[in-house]
Amino acid sequence: MSDIDTLIADVNAVENPAVGIDQAAGDFTYDVKYEFDAGTGLSEQTVRYISSVKKEAPWILEFRLAALKKFLSMPMPTHWATTDLNNIDFDKIRYYLSQGQKPKRTWDEVPDDIKKTFERLGIPEQERKFLAGVEAQFDSEAAYSNIKDIVAKQGVIFCNSTEALREHPEIFKKFFGKVIPTGDNKFSALNSAVFSGGSFIYVPKGVKVAQPLQAYFRINAENFGQFERTLIIADEGSEVTYMEGCTAPKFSTSTLHSAVVELVALKGAKIQYITVQNWANNVFNLVTKRGVAHEDAEIKWIDCNIGSRLTMKYPGVILKGKRARGEVISIALANDGQHQDTGAKMIHAADDTTSVIVAKSISVGQGRSTYRGVVHIPKHLKGCKNNTECDALLINSNSRTDTYPAIVVRGDTHSVQHEASVSKVNEEQIFYMQQRGLTEAQAMSLAVNGFVNDLVRQFPMEYSVELKRLIDLEMEGSVG
Amino acid sequence: MSATATVLSAPPITGLDAARFALHLSQRGYLPAWWLETKKAAWNQFNALPMPSRTDETWRFSSLATLDLTGFELPEDASQHIPHLSDFPHVAEIIFSNRQLVARSTVPADLAAKGVIFAPLDEALTQHSELVRKYFQKHPANLGSEKFVALNTAFTGAGALLFVPKGVEIATPFVLQHTLSGANKATFPHTIVILEDNAKATLVEYFVSADQSRHLCSGVNDLLAGPGAQLTYVGAQNWSKDTLAFQTNSIAVERDAKVLSLNVHLGGRQARHESHSRLLGPGAHSEMLALTVANGAQEFDQRTLQTHISPNTTSNLLYKNALLDTAKTIFSGLIIVEPDAQKTDAYQKNRNLMLSDEAEAHSLPGLEIQANDVKCSHGSTSARIEPEQEFYLQARGIKPANAKEMLVFAFFEEVLNQLSNDELHASLRGLIESKFAKR
Repeated sequence: MSDIDTLIADVNAVENPAVGIDQAAGDFTYDVKYEFDAGTGLSEQTVRYISSVKKEAPWILEFRLAALKKFLSMPMPTHWATTDLNNIDFDKIRYYLSQGQKPKRTWDEVPDDIKKTFERLGIPEQERKFLAGVEAQFDSEAAYSNIKDIVAKQGVIFCNSTEALREHPEIFKKFFGKVIPTGDNKFSALNSAVFSGGSFIYVPKGVKVAQPLQAYFRINAENFGQFERTLIIADEGSEVTYMEGCTAPKFSTSTLHSAVVELVALKGAKIQYITVQNWANNVFNLVTKRGVAHEDAEIKWIDCNIGSRLTMKYPGVILKGKRARGEVISIALANDGQHQDTGAKMIHAADDTTSVIVAKSISVGQGRSTYRGVVHIPKHLKGCKNNTECDALLINSNSRTDTYPAIVVRGDTHSVQHEASVSKVNEEQIFYMQQRGLTEAQAMSLAVNGFVNDLVRQFPMEYSVELKRLIDLEMEGSVG
Repeated sequence: MSATATVLSAPPITGLDAARFALHLSQRGYLPAWWLETKKAAWNQFNALPMPSRTDETWRFSSLATLDLTGFELPEDASQHIPHLSDFPHVAEIIFSNRQLVARSTVPADLAAKGVIFAPLDEALTQHSELVRKYFQKHPANLGSEKFVALNTAFTGAGALLFVPKGVEIATPFVLQHTLSGANKATFPHTIVILEDNAKATLVEYFVSADQSRHLCSGVNDLLAGPGAQLTYVGAQNWSKDTLAFQTNSIAVERDAKVLSLNVHLGGRQARHESHSRLLGPGAHSEMLALTVANGAQEFDQRTLQTHISPNTTSNLLYKNALLDTAKTIFSGLIIVEPDAQKTDAYQKNRNLMLSDEAEAHSLPGLEIQANDVKCSHGSTSARIEPEQEFYLQARGIKPANAKEMLVFAFFEEVLNQLSNDELHASLRGLIESKFAKR
């Protein structure tokens, strides 16, 4: 990193002192000496290397090797997906990098270079302020992990997947890979072969975690592929909120982030999963996220995508038990050179299940946002309901948006509706605000924030503040 | 045509194979050379194109195993045909039975004098060759059925040309009817409608089976409305319950022109309908409507595209399906707004009325928007008749079965009401009612 770059990064950090995970603030990197490096390219050797570094049980290695076979045999999804996927060079990616660190339990133990990274992202500050627990992942492995005593005393387990495999294999094995099978898609197979890091959460019966558990994912190395694996189990009647944030610096070459996230909400449980991600605009962000909601359970995904070169992510809920409820709230902002291909899947599999999808997207400059959705109500079910709303806002004359929902309904006792609209910012609104002394850019920013406001209000306060600031930043220079 | 000669000597000629195609061509040797070349190219294209497969996004949710073209053959005689379905006043009528022209009324002398043409396709090809050549497949629909469109071009003979010159306005409809009878008989109708500047006309086209045998129809229409023209097109199909039917319509709308197209789908085992509207000039409007009654094990597959190419264009789509028994419908629609098409207003709505616990509705309404100053929206609903509504009617002394039927027709009326011709409206309503009466 040159001196000028450091200077720019410092200026940016000063300008955004509070939370500071705007895109520019994430755009810095340190030279890190990696103790373990699987090298570039993917082979059986790579998988065996990762497994041996992690000292894994034989069944996990077998699981990884079977997944690798799947990955190699599966074609790219090209008949509907963007052809930009073909630009991913799997032979140039580094699949595992770590400093051999065990996650540190106190901030002082974290190595200085990594500490610097996270301090610039504001993580220790946030943790001190309000967090119940935090996992911070640096490239392949967790660098810092802490869970507050009050939550730990309730029996809540919150650690990374490597630790979970070692210390809680009985719970891990029972649910792992069950919601998203290895061969679900090419990228879930890839993740299953080389996964490392990610969060594991188990909330015991009836426990309601009052404060959100939180994770940060940071890509530091060039040409790196991050493959975290998250598994959250909310036992009967429990409640938990999980929040994740992601950043990566801008390298001239592209970076791959391919996570798999599985949620299990047992009878009457509630899981809320919040993502605010702000990847640099050369990250391929190809993520599979799905939850299973049992009887009377509720799973709610709040998914906010800013940044990345291409995001393909469709959080889903399988409504497996009677009266289960699924919800996806999604906000996507696509700027120049970015394609946000996001959406939701609701698979109804029991009577009287209900689902809601609200998706809002903003396309700026030559940005492209796509909503892709599936609502599936198969035969022999009664009384299912879905309501889907998609709204797209187009800022510039060359912005682009697409909507591709697929709705399947079988039977005469269900009620399903989908509505989508595309519009531009109301000119009268902008004019009115300019009359009150705002610049056009400020007015535009305010209008865009107004467009997503009803969704942002559902976020925890810290995140809604951050999101508004991110929108302001993205809107800079978009007018005129 | 040396190829024809060699093939002809090799019997037997069955189905829709190369020998049959060669025979078909030789029987049309009197038609213009460009036409025969077009047909040959189409035959090659048909053979080169693969059958739709699982990975074709344009065939998502469609049943593919039943798309079997084997065993179908071109009928050689008119056989039986059912009488005219046009029980409303009309200007002129052309009726094909098993691809043969069996009845035809000519255009009244005053309209003919103004240059109005309504002629069977083969006649149009001999007398107005350049006109047909200019507009034939000028704007292909390209919605997934290219293979079946190519088959249509290779074998088409039935069909018609309707040409209305500048400024001629005709309120009364023209009627075309295609009938099939006998086991495994196939027909490939192609109709071209050209309305010149500020012309106005209505064409009603029927597709019906005269018996309950297995039939194949792959029809294609080119519908073109010149500047300021107003075209109403109604296509109504009531094929036998074993028919495999494809219909591909291309609608081109120029500056300030308006096209209303309504398709009524009643028959067939598996019927796929594609309709592509192109809004080519400012002020163009396309109104795309469809009504489907799906019962038994029927599958109706509807694919639409509204392409806004010019600024200040509007389109509106409303497709309504009533589903009974184990029937299945697929609606896949897309609105494309091209980068130059600012000030577009485009809407798309698919409503499915679920009348059985086994019926299955698929809905894929889509938007692809590349201009920002637009109003575009789409909606899809699938729901049953509200029990309260039924109860309300029953409380007024209406029998339960009748109450349900009344509510289904109330559901359809929003679409039928768009027709300004009351007699045509009543006739179509009767056609739909007859399907319900048969149940």
